[in-house]
Amino acid sequence: MAGPDIQIPDITWRDNWREFPFWLVAIFAFLIVMAILVFTNPDIKEAFLFIIPGIQITLYITLAGFAIALVLGLLAGLGRISSNAVIRNIAITYVEFIRGVPTLVLILTLAFVLVPAVSNSFGVDNRNVSIELRAILSLSIIYGAFLAEIFRAGIESISKGQMEAARSLGMNYRQSMQFIILPQAVRNISPALGNDFIAMLKDSSLASVLAVRELTQRARLYAGSTFRFPESYLVLTFCYLTMTIALSLLLRWYEQRLGKDSR
Amino acid sequence: MSDNIIVVDQLHKYFGHVQAVKGVDLSLRRGEVVLIVGPSGSGKSTVLRCINHLETPTKGGIYIDGVHLEDKKTNINEVRAEVGMVFQQFNLFPHLTVLQNVTIAQEKVRKRSKAEAEKIAMEQLQRVGIPEKAGAYPRQLSGGQQQRVAIARSLAMQPKIMLFDEPTSALDPEMIKEVLDVMLDLAKAGMTMVVVTHEMGFAKAAADRVVFMDDGQIVEVGPPDQIFGTPTHERTQLFLSKILAH
Repeated sequence: MAGPDIQIPDITWRDNWREFPFWLVAIFAFLIVMAILVFTNPDIKEAFLFIIPGIQITLYITLAGFAIALVLGLLAGLGRISSNAVIRNIAITYVEFIRGVPTLVLILTLAFVLVPAVSNSFGVDNRNVSIELRAILSLSIIYGAFLAEIFRAGIESISKGQMEAARSLGMNYRQSMQFIILPQAVRNISPALGNDFIAMLKDSSLASVLAVRELTQRARLYAGSTFRFPESYLVLTFCYLTMTIALSLLLRWYEQRLGKDSR
Repeated sequence: MSDNIIVVDQLHKYFGHVQAVKGVDLSLRRGEVVLIVGPSGSGKSTVLRCINHLETPTKGGIYIDGVHLEDKKTNINEVRAEVGMVFQQFNLFPHLTVLQNVTIAQEKVRKRSKAEAEKIAMEQLQRVGIPEKAGAYPRQLSGGQQQRVAIARSLAMQPKIMLFDEPTSALDPEMIKEVLDVMLDLAKAGMTMVVVTHEMGFAKAAADRVVFMDDGQIVEVGPPDQIFGTPTHERTQLFLSKILAH
């Protein structure tokens, strides 16, 4: 972390060890042991081969859900700070409603109440709405509310002088937001957005209650039919942890680069 | 009225229950340079900010070139494009290069092509003396350079009026001159300017009139020599004795 260009005298081995990421070693040890077991232990290998195809759906609902959540979050975040009381209250209602209900309950409610209600009102038989799509919509509506708060905080973190300078040059509110405020805000909140992406990847496991055949659902199916519970759930844990650790290391690296840039 | 490019008519401004401006009248002819001085909290910045509608007057009106700013039919963005503003804290856009800082409003508001905007931007950067910094980011510039870029950014819009809100107050002493020199050139070129500042040298060299404000009101108006040399009002004398004493 400390650049090699700076010579700091008298670093003892104690100081070096204090900075050493033992936690990462421990996690990597678990991941490596699991990886070896996947190759060597036939039971675990079989569980792994059954579960792993679910990663495609896990990634699909996470990526699609997050993309929609970004749009919803930006709109709701802008609505939260709108000077128009109607828009502001609609945005606050959305955010507070979602934040007040457990994610699992919301997924069930959105998938089995909201989606049928909306599709019926458009004259579409709700049985034609796939469970994957319901999972994506549910997750994006839930995460849209969380992202709204991040966007709001990001916009409010930009000094008022930036908006005043943009407006005093004759740019309207939308132009000032689009070209001056949001580019700076998004840069500031990108680590927080990354964290929420990881959280959403994990919460995509809740889509299993809709019987979406993502990782968790496949693990449950395998465990239920073979009664090999330890194998199934250790493999499942291994799959998620590999993805989340990789992403969070990527995020740390990006944050450090961001920090260097702004100096 | 047609002679006056800026008319401030009985301006009142409240912030909550605090009255910051209490009935200010002020008119500027085309090409006139007016300085507003006064103790902090006297409402001088508020008057300036009302002139380009960053603050909305509670009562009274502002007319720019005959256009009433408080009229619902007025397109405030069109008016603001004609009124440049320079801030104490520069407020350059940190995510854009110096050149982009100067071109963005030209492209988005004036609808100029990128090439045309860049040509005008380079002319203005030349004018404020730092064309070589076009590719730099604001954080790589000194305070004085940043403020000169901010002036160039406003000038690139080819405004009729320039407002300066304590443009040198956030600068290290050795950088004040480079900013004042740019402002002086601008005044000589015939720009209509309203400047909130305590820079007496600039006042004597460039100002047509000095307005002394205290407690939300205009106490005294006159040519710089008279206001700074033989102020008639007791409050003006008291204020000047304080700022001249240091």
